[in-house]
Amino acid sequence: MTDLVERYEDDLYLVKGAAGWAAMAILLIGLAALPFLLPLIGRSYLVFIIVLAAANVIVAIGLNLLVGYTGLISLGHAGFVAIGAYASGLLTVKLGLPWYLAWVGAAAITAGFGFLVGVPALRLTGPYLTIATLGFGIAVYQVLTNWTALSGGRMGLPVPQLSLGVGGLTATQQLYYVAVGCAVVLAWVAYNLTRSHIGRAFVAIRDSDIAAEVTGVNLTWYKTLSFAISAAYAGVAGAIIAQALRHLEPQAFTFLESITYFAMIVIGGLGSVSGAIIGGLLLTLLPHYLTGFKAWLPIIYGGVIMLMMALEPRGLFGRWLRIKRYFKVWPL
Amino acid sequence: MTQLLQYAVGGLAAGSLYALVALGIVLLYRSSRVLNFAHGDMATLATFIAFTLLARAFPFPVAIAASLAAAAALGAAFFFVILRPARESTLLGRIVITLGFALLLSGVMQLVWGSDTQTFPFPLSDTRVYRIGEVVVSEMNLGTILAGLALMGLMYLLVQRTKVGLAMRAVAQNPAAAQALGIPARRIYALTWGLASALGGAAGVLLAPVVYLDPFMMIDPFLKGFAGAVLGGMDSMPGAVVGGFLLGVAESIFAGYVSFKFKTTLAFAVIILVLMVRPEGLLGREYHRRV
Repeated sequence: MTDLVERYEDDLYLVKGAAGWAAMAILLIGLAALPFLLPLIGRSYLVFIIVLAAANVIVAIGLNLLVGYTGLISLGHAGFVAIGAYASGLLTVKLGLPWYLAWVGAAAITAGFGFLVGVPALRLTGPYLTIATLGFGIAVYQVLTNWTALSGGRMGLPVPQLSLGVGGLTATQQLYYVAVGCAVVLAWVAYNLTRSHIGRAFVAIRDSDIAAEVTGVNLTWYKTLSFAISAAYAGVAGAIIAQALRHLEPQAFTFLESITYFAMIVIGGLGSVSGAIIGGLLLTLLPHYLTGFKAWLPIIYGGVIMLMMALEPRGLFGRWLRIKRYFKVWPL
Repeated sequence: MTQLLQYAVGGLAAGSLYALVALGIVLLYRSSRVLNFAHGDMATLATFIAFTLLARAFPFPVAIAASLAAAAALGAAFFFVILRPARESTLLGRIVITLGFALLLSGVMQLVWGSDTQTFPFPLSDTRVYRIGEVVVSEMNLGTILAGLALMGLMYLLVQRTKVGLAMRAVAQNPAAAQALGIPARRIYALTWGLASALGGAAGVLLAPVVYLDPFMMIDPFLKGFAGAVLGGMDSMPGAVVGGFLLGVAESIFAGYVSFKFKTTLAFAVIILVLMVRPEGLLGREYHRRV
């Protein structure tokens, strides 16, 4: 074993060794070059799909912080995404804010709603919380459908295109850099968050909230904080989706979306940021390659979720870790 | 006053459906501590089976009986094939498994019957009405209320007055002790799952003629049924019935006097309020938490 850990700080490093840094650099350069490489091979539509994937990855990371780390179930995340999308749209349309301020505003507003949903979550556990969040998601959808002054009703809400002020880039390419940039930064934040005292407090709450409280974790603060952070992630993703769709309708944020977000983290791996990224990518890209099987998707998702829970509760990422560990000590 | 009564009668019909769903949810929650998210989809599947049998010109009672039997078999099979092997999993794990099953069932229904709405033929009419004093009640609503009450009465007799019911209560209270006393706990669990699913199926068959039949028909009544169960107390069967009826009537009056558009939101406000003020529900026993 060359990568022997000698100090505690060594164990905490996110990127380990020269090989790790090289892989990270290749990944980042690859992500930056993709919008120019893909049109060369005639797949420019993939740029748009990666934008959607980035949005889904962000939601999945946020949801995993809530479900996988803190152990609080949310089946209403499409509601937070919708709030983020409409907040970013309305802030640019009604208040004339530049897009980046609107996005920050959208994240803050969704975080506020996350805090509000988190308050009853202090009392609710397990099935009760599941239903309450599910109800929240449906309530957001209904309010948006019925409150036409806010959502533009049947006409929908048109969202003005964002502009980076950089020449030579198409609109989709600009959005790509913003969306993927957000995803990378938010993933980095999440990795760091889970290694900090906040992340450990979340895990302590998940494993036993009474034990966590006894050891000095402030349940009120950390549970609502977890909801607020998770909602803020969903809010940023909502702003990206608003830009990608350019035209907001409540139909884009139904209960089915919430279930899909949930499926992402279960399939990718509960309680790991990498798992959320894998799940988010997989469940965005797969449907685009399986268009012929669209009718089969719910069946596949449902079956895979059940199998995953029965066979590998840590998801694809957990399976990958096991494979890695197996080969580390291979001949044994 | 007449109008209030009129709304209340409409609410009673909806409440009878909610109570049936709530009864199934409570039955399962009490015995196996699982909140079954697939409850609504199992009920819809049963309704679709009845629909297909009726379309093949089977007589009405045969079709209904067959669909309820199919629902019961499906519930018992779900317990044996999926939940029993995964009994070591966490609470989150079990919720995820029932969610996955719900997704799977709804996918199968969309594939087999399509997502278009269908008209469900029913021997009772929605337009023929009776007058009781000044209150008007449609034949369908009256039938729903009576059928619901009859099923709830049967459930009461089964659970409180028979040996099987005694075994069910024993298993719900303490499975290990019940097993030690010679009660076949697995069979009782399967029976409970079967009964609960059949109750859901009955609610589906009663609902389908009023709204149109489609794969997502039961999502709303399932949520309301759950709200009713929380209102009455998750471990109390009389509580489920009372909670379901109360919610139905409250919702109907709210829709009539305050806002029709936001009547679904009322159910969730009720859940959150109840859990804040009285977490054990109206008729539930005191809410204890074991460390």
